[in-house]
Amino acid sequence: MSPGHRRFFALALIMALTAAAFLLIDAASFADSVEPADEGDFGAAEARKASRMPEQWITADHSQHQILAEGNFTSGPEVTAACLTCHNQAALQIHETIHWTWLCPADPERELGKAGLTLNNFCISVPSNEPRCTSCHVGYGWSDDGFDFDDPTRVDCLVCHAQTNEETGPYLKFPAGSGNPVAEEKVFPGNGRTYFPPNWNAVAMSVGRPTRRNCGQCHFNGGGGNGVKHGDLDQSLLTPSRDLDVHMDAEGPDFDCVRCHTTESHRIAGRCYKQPAATDRRSLIDSDLITRITCESCHTDAPHEPGHKANDHTDIVACQSCHIPTFARVMPTKMFWDWSSAGRMRDGAPYKVMGDLDRPTYDTKKGDFIWEMDVVPEYFWFDGTLEYTLLTDEIDPSDVVRLNVPVGERGDPDSRIYPFKVHLGVTPYDAGNNRMAVPHLFGKDENAYWKSFDWAKAIQAGTDYIRNSYPEVMEFSGEVGFVETEYHFQITHMVAPKENSLECAACHSDESRLSELTGFYMPGRDANSLLDTIGWIAVFGSLVGVGGHGLLRMFSSKNNEEASS
Amino acid sequence: MSTTKRLNLYSKFERFNHWVQAGLIITLILTGFEMHGTWSLFGFEKSFTIHNWCAWAWLTLFIFDAFYLMVTGEWRQFQPTFRKLRDVIRYYLVGIFRGEPHPVPKSERAKHNPLQRLAYLSIVMILVPFQMITGFLYYYYNDWAAIGLGGVELSTMALLHTIGAFGILAFIIVHVYMTTTGHTIFSHLGAMITGYEEVEDHGQETKEQAPSS
Repeated sequence: MSPGHRRFFALALIMALTAAAFLLIDAASFADSVEPADEGDFGAAEARKASRMPEQWITADHSQHQILAEGNFTSGPEVTAACLTCHNQAALQIHETIHWTWLCPADPERELGKAGLTLNNFCISVPSNEPRCTSCHVGYGWSDDGFDFDDPTRVDCLVCHAQTNEETGPYLKFPAGSGNPVAEEKVFPGNGRTYFPPNWNAVAMSVGRPTRRNCGQCHFNGGGGNGVKHGDLDQSLLTPSRDLDVHMDAEGPDFDCVRCHTTESHRIAGRCYKQPAATDRRSLIDSDLITRITCESCHTDAPHEPGHKANDHTDIVACQSCHIPTFARVMPTKMFWDWSSAGRMRDGAPYKVMGDLDRPTYDTKKGDFIWEMDVVPEYFWFDGTLEYTLLTDEIDPSDVVRLNVPVGERGDPDSRIYPFKVHLGVTPYDAGNNRMAVPHLFGKDENAYWKSFDWAKAIQAGTDYIRNSYPEVMEFSGEVGFVETEYHFQITHMVAPKENSLECAACHSDESRLSELTGFYMPGRDANSLLDTIGWIAVFGSLVGVGGHGLLRMFSSKNNEEASS
Repeated sequence: MSTTKRLNLYSKFERFNHWVQAGLIITLILTGFEMHGTWSLFGFEKSFTIHNWCAWAWLTLFIFDAFYLMVTGEWRQFQPTFRKLRDVIRYYLVGIFRGEPHPVPKSERAKHNPLQRLAYLSIVMILVPFQMITGFLYYYYNDWAAIGLGGVELSTMALLHTIGAFGILAFIIVHVYMTTTGHTIFSHLGAMITGYEEVEDHGQETKEQAPSS
């Protein structure tokens, strides 16, 4: 090489090195140039910046308000009246919310909701069963369809705001008290527990921002007991470990529900029926006025380290799908409820059978149950809304009736793959009309199923009752049947620490969790079998070819040697 | 009885380039087929990570290699020629079994026979770029719309990339076997390690053997 050549070569090498260095830097930080504060903690660090809150929000100490200290209250509405003297818009705000109406605010027809025409495959429907169901209403006295929804003093401020402790004593609504606490000491036969009248003044003076205990009183016990309904909401979230929920971790960030379910005029951010939890995907980095209801509100839609492939998934896979590997991780949840076996007696009396998980597997009043823990979710495309089978809809009893079903499809920019709990049921229906039915379950009257165990009477009473409010519901035919049903719950709580999130192969393998979702190619799960066959024939053909060639060479070289010798 | 002579065939960079590429390509095949679902070695996630790093490393090395070939003029070794191509093919199909000498013996000026030139050139100019382009496109799936590929299905790119993988795997099998066809079984392999190869020195004989066609 001449010196001129050598210089040219050195120059070219430097250029190549520089080009390669740029390529590598580009590969390492493809999407962004933001340096994570703590390596491997990128999304969490960004979210902490976005969601930092002041320590003290409230400028009033309610224990020093005279009206509360000296009120001498003997009932809920009296306390509410006192609250309203200052918070004069609060009850009117509550009246507009689903917490009050039990109807989806996004449904102008006023059909979607517990108080409307939707059903579930737990205790099925509210109408005619109010005194029991409305123990979870944010009001006092909703005992039947004559309840005055316009009365401001009927709003129960305390159930959400009371911060009770040992000194104040508990604030508990009686389980069958139409939303009222007891006026005098009383035992609830359902759980054998004694309920005492609240110490109204002390409880009223304790009010503050809602904690997990306030929300959990109802939402952890949906379906009438701990963990019955949701699968991702149960009493284990009162003091959760980090493993159970990274955000609510009682020893860590200790988030309350309202930290994400942010509130404006008592309208609490969250999904309901027709209304997605959020309709845009902006984060607090884009706008500081949005709700914090989605993961992306704080974590953005690129929450992993720059260049991490998981960031390329967030357009079609919800965070929850990987970060909630299973639900009901600490306490069991109900997965199956067969009403058709209800009503059996032992020695002429109703009975219960307890199962392995310390939960009943049979109850004369309700039938057979299956409880499960650590349940792997099912996955569906979901745009944030659910479609419901209404009482007025015709059903096909030969098929599984989906009492609700996630709406969404691949290709829709608002749809992503979300995890769900699917609760299976065998549920009574009106077999003459092929309509779902409202059974009158709770009550002391002879028509109540839990009194006389007669489905025909119960459904007749329930149907007659709801026809007062919804005359479009058909009259009961008199014929009772049982149909298989499904009810879907979006899984969004119990977010596991990142080290417990799903591995790629949970979906990218032939045992994919997403095996039910078809119509798209997923590496590791899908392959073109024709190409694989041709490809391996080519590979093995090459092996056989060179093997044969080699053998021929061996024999021929021997022959050649012999010939030449 | 033929004598042998010693040729200096492969420079340090050429040997480095060859073996690093070999390692990268084998790793890419192992991890690629693992992600394809063919076998389990490292787990999907590790395979994915390794595959992507190897892809970037291979691209980088490929760029170095291209510079090297350009600035040293060694690219001429890959200049295709059809002269004596049929003789070479006939040699591997017939002559090799009869103990005939190779129709195009190696020399320092022409390391590759016409068949090698064609094979290597098409690998380097067609198969490798095809595999790199389909691979990087596959990886940057989310950006397809931005580069006007919005209508393409992921399965199409996966299919193309897998076709390339099978092609490379088949090439490796034949390539490795062909290294055994030298003066001794390991003389070609040794050349790629030490840089030097002992080849048969046919002297005048070679020149007398004119092409039959």
